[in-house]
Amino acid sequence: MNPPAERPVIAEFQDVHRHYQMGDNVVRALDGVSMQVLKGDYVAIMGRSGSGKSTMLNILGCLDRPTTGRYLVGNRDVTHLSDDALSEVRGREIGFIFQSFNLIPQLSVLGNLEVPLFYQGRIGAESKRKAEQLAERVGLGGRLQHRPMELSGGQQQRVAIARALMNDPLFLLADEATGNLDSNTEREILDLLDQLRGEGMTIVVVTHNAKVAERADRALWLKDGRVERLVAARDAVVGP
Amino acid sequence: MIGDFSRIVDLGLKSLLLHKLRSSLTTAGILFGVASVIAMLAVGEGASQEALKRFRDMGVTNILVRSVKPPDTQQSTQAGMMALTTYGLTYQEADRIEHLIKSQVPAAEIVRVREIQRGVMRGENWRSTVIVGTVPAFLSVTNMRIGEGRWLSDIDLQHQSNCCILGNSLAKELFPLENPMNQTVLVGGEDRFHIVGVLDYQGRAAGPQGTTYDECVFVPMSSSRRRFGDDVITRSGNSTKNEHVELHEVKVKLANSDEVVGAARLLRDMIEPLHKTQLDVEITVPLELLEQERASKRMFNIVLAVIASISLLVGGIGIMNVMLATVTERTREIGIRRALGAKKKHIISQFLVEAGVLSAFGGVVGVGLGLLVPYLIEHWFHQQTVVLVPHVLLAFGISAAVGVVFGIYPAWRAANMDPVEALRHE
Repeated sequence: MNPPAERPVIAEFQDVHRHYQMGDNVVRALDGVSMQVLKGDYVAIMGRSGSGKSTMLNILGCLDRPTTGRYLVGNRDVTHLSDDALSEVRGREIGFIFQSFNLIPQLSVLGNLEVPLFYQGRIGAESKRKAEQLAERVGLGGRLQHRPMELSGGQQQRVAIARALMNDPLFLLADEATGNLDSNTEREILDLLDQLRGEGMTIVVVTHNAKVAERADRALWLKDGRVERLVAARDAVVGP
Repeated sequence: MIGDFSRIVDLGLKSLLLHKLRSSLTTAGILFGVASVIAMLAVGEGASQEALKRFRDMGVTNILVRSVKPPDTQQSTQAGMMALTTYGLTYQEADRIEHLIKSQVPAAEIVRVREIQRGVMRGENWRSTVIVGTVPAFLSVTNMRIGEGRWLSDIDLQHQSNCCILGNSLAKELFPLENPMNQTVLVGGEDRFHIVGVLDYQGRAAGPQGTTYDECVFVPMSSSRRRFGDDVITRSGNSTKNEHVELHEVKVKLANSDEVVGAARLLRDMIEPLHKTQLDVEITVPLELLEQERASKRMFNIVLAVIASISLLVGGIGIMNVMLATVTERTREIGIRRALGAKKKHIISQFLVEAGVLSAFGGVVGVGLGLLVPYLIEHWFHQQTVVLVPHVLLAFGISAAVGVVFGIYPAWRAANMDPVEALRHE
């Protein structure tokens, strides 16, 4: 599936390798992956356990660096950036959504929403207004002062999605975003991602769940650290 | 920036309040460290100031040569016996002291003092006190002031007149409702003395025979000798003491403190050989005592600094221990924050602020307790204490610094966690 050429590149892997030394052995978690995510894409990264999904997620999220090859975020090569500069890229360009929500328990919903902007020094009346808008947007307008413990799993994931949108990221990176939810709530969350995608947001989901992947435009099948297949998402249900 | 800091402090407080008992116990180490430092310094400072005042009251340019009852005569009196004990300074020795000192320091003032214990009576009021027989220069040598009336004059000495000056407290006790001036008091049940002056209140610790000058009666040296003689007979129960003492004290006042050490050496060289068998004369140099007190205060401060360092070190180790546990517990939170854009410096400042909040809280409560303890010591044990603001600031500053110093390693560990590993942490 060839993406239309006029859309800008949001994230790009150029022959990315990620190797780990485990004693005397070298583990090739990623072994020459090249791919592009364009603006407005909804991409699923799939694969079995040990296929390299998590490593790909970590590099996509600027939490890890390739051993060789290049990784570009919005045309900027981030392969060799310093730790602080990578933090900056994470904070400004990427919106994370985790399987276990990863809200900070001692902060209220409002406090959690403000965390990404806090690290950019953009905290204040504006951040509060934005947090209120996004909480409203995900249907939790009346819950700003609640602690995560006081919310259901689905509500917590909605807060996490709102938090991921706080910094107007280039793309959302979701790691098994519905893995801890029942099927009804899963559908709600996927619907919410669909809506965001409809509004032009670029979304990358890492999952082994076919129901999640089939919402995407296309799916990358990873096997042994390589892209085995690039398929239309509806075909991902079948698997290689 | 200030908003960011207050947000970090707020977050720190929230995190610490999640484990109230643990945070309180950690704080206790710092709290008691700070409180004990402040209390110890207050007690030490109080004792030191009291001692320094006592020595200053004696006069730092003075040398005091005093007669003391030799130890082997203390038990010499038996029931019904009249053993005569002779000891102390003689008039002849006082002449020699005067001659010696004047030849070296012509501006020096030398006064002789006799101290006789007697009862003083005014109407129904009776007080046991010390009758100080002395000379006019006594007032300037002791730096005392007359409150009302006049001091002793040369004419009083020449005429051996029965005039006296009362110490301030004694005057108030004997004349609670009237002015003592120009009244008389009966001394020793026999001699009536005319009051010509009352001293200002001195409030000094140093005085003769366990009293203060505020409680004494001052009479001309010549009158004291004529009325009471050199033999002092004291009856107590059925035992009688008969002592022959010519002079109880010779006070030497030098013009400035530089001359004190040399003059003291001269005096010791002269007096000690004369009294070395009986040990009945003692030379006190307030300046030397003052120096000794200062030296012992320095030593006390060093000891205190060591104790304070140990107690605050223990408190600091407690904080480090808890902060390490906190970092481990919150590994996942660290990973989340790193994923959301936190740099290492943000994580470091977050954990440092938490350690600082813990120790500063301990410091504040410790200061409160540290101020309360000296108050209670004064109240219950009547021991003077002095709390100095720099001591309080020092104790608090050290406690806050301890928190930050001992928080550095846990904070550094938190900041250097691999974000991927931290996010995986269960």
